[in-house]
Amino acid sequence: MGIKPLVFILLFTAYSGYSIFTYTFGTKAPSHAPHADALATKGKLLFQQKNCIACHQIYGLGGYLGPDLTYEMSQPTKGRTYAIAILTAGLNKMPNYHLKQDETDALIAYLTYIDNTARFFNNN
Amino acid sequence: MGFALVMLIATLFFGMLASFSYLNPEFYNQYIPFYQLRPMHVSAALFWIIGGATSCLLFFKKEVSEEGAKRTIAERLFINLWMITVVVIFLFYSFKKFGGREYWEFPPFLCLPLLISWLALMVAWFKAWLKAKDYPLYVWMWTAGICFFLFTFLEQNLYQIPWFRQSFLKEVIVQWKSNGSMVGSWNQIIYGCSLFLMVTLTGEDSIARTKTAYYFFFLSITNMMFNWGHHIYNVPSASWLRDVAYGISMTEWLFFIKMLQSFKEKMDERRKFKHLITYKFLIAAEVWVFFNLTLALLMSIPAINRYTHGTHVTVAHAMGTTIGINTMILMAAMSYILRVDELEIRDKRWVHWGYYISQASLVVFWVSLIIAGFLKGTRQFNFPHITYQELMVPVNYWLRVLSFSGAFLLLGFLLMLKTYFKALRKA
Repeated sequence: MGIKPLVFILLFTAYSGYSIFTYTFGTKAPSHAPHADALATKGKLLFQQKNCIACHQIYGLGGYLGPDLTYEMSQPTKGRTYAIAILTAGLNKMPNYHLKQDETDALIAYLTYIDNTARFFNNN
Repeated sequence: MGFALVMLIATLFFGMLASFSYLNPEFYNQYIPFYQLRPMHVSAALFWIIGGATSCLLFFKKEVSEEGAKRTIAERLFINLWMITVVVIFLFYSFKKFGGREYWEFPPFLCLPLLISWLALMVAWFKAWLKAKDYPLYVWMWTAGICFFLFTFLEQNLYQIPWFRQSFLKEVIVQWKSNGSMVGSWNQIIYGCSLFLMVTLTGEDSIARTKTAYYFFFLSITNMMFNWGHHIYNVPSASWLRDVAYGISMTEWLFFIKMLQSFKEKMDERRKFKHLITYKFLIAAEVWVFFNLTLALLMSIPAINRYTHGTHVTVAHAMGTTIGINTMILMAAMSYILRVDELEIRDKRWVHWGYYISQASLVVFWVSLIIAGFLKGTRQFNFPHITYQELMVPVNYWLRVLSFSGAFLLLGFLLMLKTYFKALRKA
C-alpha cells in the first residue's frame, strides 16, 4: 500500500475517533444539568414544525430576521411575559401563528429550558 | 445538469424574494412569509451545489475511467431519485410543512430517499474507480468528497436517536459539527472538478501529481474534519473542542501564503487563456477564494469571532463561498462540458455581460453583508438593552443595498444561463 492511502485511512480513523470523543466527552452534561421535560420537548417539536429557525438563532445557528433566542427568557427587559405577548399576538415582523394556549406554554417551556441550559453551562 | 441549473435560478429568485421580505415582512407575511422563503432559498442553493457538483463528477468520471457514455443503473437511480425527492421537498415547503433543522429544513423522513440516492452514486463512483487506470489528485478529492458527504449526512441525522437529543448542548454541537464538515465535503468534489479543468486546459498533468498538491489536499481534509469548532466558540462546550479548531484553522494561513506565492504564475497563465469562458470562471473563483479565506481567517480569531458570530458576516462568508467559489467553479465546469466556448460570438456575448454584472454585484452584495454584520455585532455589545428593532435600524440600510445587488446578481446569472440552456439543448 502506498503512502497516500495510508495517510487517508489514518486521517479518516482519527476523524472517526475524534467524532466519538466529541459525542461523548466533548458534549457530556453533568447529571444535575437542566433536562427537558415533556412540555419543553413538545415545544421543541413545535419550534421545528413552525420553522422558527428560519428567523431566529440559538447559539448563533439559524436566520437573522429576529433576535437570537438563547438567553431571551432571562433578559431583564424581556422574559416570560414579553415572550407570551409576542407569541400570542405577533409583531409587525413576526407573523401571528394563532397558537393555542398549550402550544404557547410548550414554546415558553422550551425557550426557558434553552436559557437555563445555556446559563448552567456558562456558570459551570 | 439542467435540473441543477434550474435550482440555481430558484436559489437566486427565492433569495431575492427572501431579502425583500426581510425588509418588508408586513407585506410578504400576507402572501409568502420569510420563514417559507428562506428554506426554499437555502434548499435550492444546497441542491444546486450538490446537484451541480455531482452532475459534473458523473461527466468527468467517464473520462477518468474510460466508461461508455451510457448511464449505469446506479447513476440513473441516483439522478431520478434525487430529482424526485427535491421536487417533493419543494411541495412540502409550499404547504408550509417543515422539519425545522438549519439548512435541512424539510421533514426528516425525506432524508431517506436522499440517502438511498447518494448510496447509488457511491456505487456508480466506486465501480468507475476500480476501472480507473491511475489516481491523480482530483480522483482522490472526488473520493474524499463523496465519502465524507455520506459521513456528515448521517451525522446530521443523528439527532433522530434519542441519546443524541437528550442533551440540548450535544444536539447543537453535533449539528454544527456535521454542517461545518459537510461544506468541506462538497468543496472537495468541486475543487476536484476545478483541478481536473486546470489539467485539461493547460495540458499539464503534473499539476495533479506534485507532492505539494497532495500536501495541501491532506491539509484541506484535515481542516474539513477538525476546524468546525470555530462555529461553536460561543457554545459552552468542552474547551479542547475550541482549542483544536483554533489550532487547525490557523493552518489555513499556509493556503493563504501559497496563494500569494502562485499569484505571478496565475498572471502568466491568464494571458494565455483569458479568451476562454471556462478559464474566466476559474479565475473568478480564485479571486473569491482569496477574499473568503481572508475573511475566514479573521473570523477564526476568537476576539473577532465574538463580534462576528451570529451576524451577517457569517452570511457573507457563506455567500462568498457558495456563489463566489462553488458557483463559479461549477459554471466553469459546465461551460467546458456544454462546450459554451464553441458557440457563436453573439451567444458568448451574453455570458460575458452576465459575468461582469454578476461579479460586480457580488462584490457589493458581499461587502454590504460584512458591514451589516459588523454593525450588528458591535451594536449588540455597545447597546445591550435596546430592542432588536432599534438595534437593526442602521443595519437595515446595508440590507437594502444587499437586496438590490441581489437583484442584479440574478440578472447577471439569467444572462449567462440563457446561453447555457441553449448549449444544453444542443448537447
